[in-house]
Amino acid sequence: MKSQESVLKMSNISKEYYGTRVLNNINLEIRAGEIHALLGENGAGKSTLMNILFGMSVIHSTGGFDGEIELDGEKVDINSPLQAMDLGIGMVHQEFMLIPGYTITENIKLNRELIKKDFINNLMPTSLKQIDLDEMNKEARKALDTLDIGIEEWIKVAGLPVGYMQFIEIAREIDKQNIKVLVFDEPTAVLTESEADNLLKAMKKIARSGIAIIFITHRLDEVMEVADNITILRDGQFITRKSKDDTNVFEMAELMVGRQIESLAKHEAKDIENQPVAVSLRKFNVAMPGEEVRDLNLDIYKGEIFGIGGLAGQGKIGIANGIMGLYPSRGNVLIDGQPLALNNPKESIKRNLAFVSEDRRGVGLLLDTSIEMNIAITAMQNKNKFLRDYKLFSQKSHRQIRTHALDMIKQLDIRCTGPEQIVRRLSGGNQQKVCIARALTLDPMILLVSEPTRGIDIGAKKLVLDTLIKLNKELGITIIITSSELAELRSICHRIAIVSEGKIEGILMPDASDTDYGLMMSGEYNKLKSKEVI
Amino acid sequence: MKDKLHVYIKQFGLPRIIIVTFLLSLCVLAVIYNLSIAGLLSDTLVRTGMHGVLVLAMVPGILCGIGLNFGLPLGILCGLIGGLVSIELDLVGFPAFTTAILVSIPIAIVVGWGYGVLLNRVKGSEMTIATYAGFSAVSLMSIGWMILPFKSDEIAWIIGGGLRTTITLTGRYDKILNDFAAISIGNLTIPTGLLLFLIAMNLIVWVILQSKAGIAMKAVGDNPRFATAAGLNVNKYRTFGSILSTVLGAIGIIVYSQSFGFIQLYQAPMFMGFSAVAAILIGGATVKKASISHVFIGTFLFQGLLVVALPVANKMLTAGSLAEITRIIVSNGIILYALTQVGGGE
Repeated sequence: MKSQESVLKMSNISKEYYGTRVLNNINLEIRAGEIHALLGENGAGKSTLMNILFGMSVIHSTGGFDGEIELDGEKVDINSPLQAMDLGIGMVHQEFMLIPGYTITENIKLNRELIKKDFINNLMPTSLKQIDLDEMNKEARKALDTLDIGIEEWIKVAGLPVGYMQFIEIAREIDKQNIKVLVFDEPTAVLTESEADNLLKAMKKIARSGIAIIFITHRLDEVMEVADNITILRDGQFITRKSKDDTNVFEMAELMVGRQIESLAKHEAKDIENQPVAVSLRKFNVAMPGEEVRDLNLDIYKGEIFGIGGLAGQGKIGIANGIMGLYPSRGNVLIDGQPLALNNPKESIKRNLAFVSEDRRGVGLLLDTSIEMNIAITAMQNKNKFLRDYKLFSQKSHRQIRTHALDMIKQLDIRCTGPEQIVRRLSGGNQQKVCIARALTLDPMILLVSEPTRGIDIGAKKLVLDTLIKLNKELGITIIITSSELAELRSICHRIAIVSEGKIEGILMPDASDTDYGLMMSGEYNKLKSKEVI
Repeated sequence: MKDKLHVYIKQFGLPRIIIVTFLLSLCVLAVIYNLSIAGLLSDTLVRTGMHGVLVLAMVPGILCGIGLNFGLPLGILCGLIGGLVSIELDLVGFPAFTTAILVSIPIAIVVGWGYGVLLNRVKGSEMTIATYAGFSAVSLMSIGWMILPFKSDEIAWIIGGGLRTTITLTGRYDKILNDFAAISIGNLTIPTGLLLFLIAMNLIVWVILQSKAGIAMKAVGDNPRFATAAGLNVNKYRTFGSILSTVLGAIGIIVYSQSFGFIQLYQAPMFMGFSAVAAILIGGATVKKASISHVFIGTFLFQGLLVVALPVANKMLTAGSLAEITRIIVSNGIILYALTQVGGGE
């Protein structure tokens, strides 16, 4: 049934964004009827690879890519998503691209409507031709039947359960006559278990009809269930290509995470657990869209550098944002044993918490304001620093702000033309240092840092991480660092919690095995371990 | 060289270059038509001082994040009430002027607070809502002027009910600031008191902007998400900005009236917000950024344009109210231009 001819062949694909190499000589080959799993952590390069396949404008506006794409043995240049579609490449999106007010049929047939074939209609200009709804319904029905979906095709999409929407997306893709390659980008992320099972069944069925499927996911058990072959990427590098039968969940987990050699300052292990608890979370819930935290329990000890890792969308980002009161949260939070009033950023700052946001440009900085004001403002507003008091009114103290800013610029080595430069003009790394400087100006006992090295270059990365270690050692600040980069967490943290589906999957020491990390990240750890015990 | 010129134009702003060029060419025409430049300059100074505080009212609005305060008529109405009360109390001179301001401020604070609460509920479309809030308030007060219990013959119609449409301030506080320590040099008259008052108001606003609350307000307007993370109450400081803007609007109309010599009721305040908006935009402000210097530059350029355009236009074409038409084209054109720049990126 499976032909040996490959439908899609991507060879030696390389891509640079502004001098940073994000993909390096990637090869991907898929036969008709094959389900091919593409694995990798966040930032491994999966999305970039798919963007190249679809000819997304983000690729071409940043200088294109190197390498070749062959479809059915012929070399193709894909310059736009429209062209990709014409060539028979389809995509099931992670976020649904459906029009709620339209019926299922209309969504499936959007922009590919069938036209009535009577005489008058033939005379009309294209955009005014009558559409043949009956025929469209029939074809939509056929596509839905292929997927074993019993839902009526004339129902409006609005209000349908998420699982159905996913299937409508798929139906739309398989309804296209020429479809050859179908990409599923984490299709099960938003589905319940039974919905996911249905989806996997449908995928197998689609594959049997001769369509090649690229399956992007984090869930290793799903890979084992449906995939024929597996390609693993890590940090933009091609790691391996394996047949499913030659591997197992543990090996895949290890290959995905991999041990990375980092020359970052390592520090001596501390006897952390005998310290008092600095932050205690019980039944902690945060409603941060896309990063929800659900009934999470966690203790963080005084004086430690605590890492929070996990895949994107699992809720790791939500924890710090919830503690700082930036997103609606509920549950119990104790800081040094005393309860913290939730949903109140001012209160969190008063309790000597400081936060360096993951959204540097959105939340972290006043982009068009000077470096010195960015550093001073939070302390000024919350601790009445940098103010001259004239009883009736207060004025900012220009001199104090300047002195402090110069001091911080020197301490953190912020590269700038002076304290009056606006922060928009700084590089990512220096902007991050301004954020850290502001947090330090609050004299925090507990510092929450989210994604401290996102979007900054390798040299600045090391500086930022070294700074955090220094603060921890010299000032005894408890640091809670949230990061997508496991290697970075493992290089500076005393303990690392891995978050999966809004809960703590487990807490590991930095030197725990790659397999354990990989399994925890994909949420399989507890399932597999409990099986072993039995 | 070309690049340098480009950068320079960008920094100064294309609209301002056009306005300045237009103003200069009008001045040349004025000289050609033998008009008194000193007289024109005096008029420009008077009108700058007259409108300056109203334009200044735009600054806190822009900085606190509600955008251009098209709801300025709200503040103007508060100021008008203050002005009427001082006449009703039969005050004359500086006491009358001061009382008018002191009466209008508490009213403006209450109104500004309500206005701020309203704008906090419609984040993202403040300017549209503000425009209509202004219109509605003016219309509502048109009824209000009919039924408010003012008794003074100067304010109320002697026969029938309601207040007069135009109330003369002669013998009350007509030109009280304009004439204070005014300096005459030949044909040129400098309205010292008026300009000093404007500078004082600007100074007060500047001091407020350097205070803790002012800095918080600017942060809220600049980046609400940042402000929240910094422990600031976004809605509170937006309301603070609205109140400040409304109070300045109230004071602004009293200054305007004393210079104009009349208090105008009913439909008069309807479009007053628009010329203030146009002036600050000409000064170089945007929907997100404004400073005290924008107030001075903008008011001077905008009023200068109108002052010079009127006699020049009259000399060129004797027909009709060409100056008024110019004013409308320029002010609305500038507003239109500025609004197309909203969210134009970084």
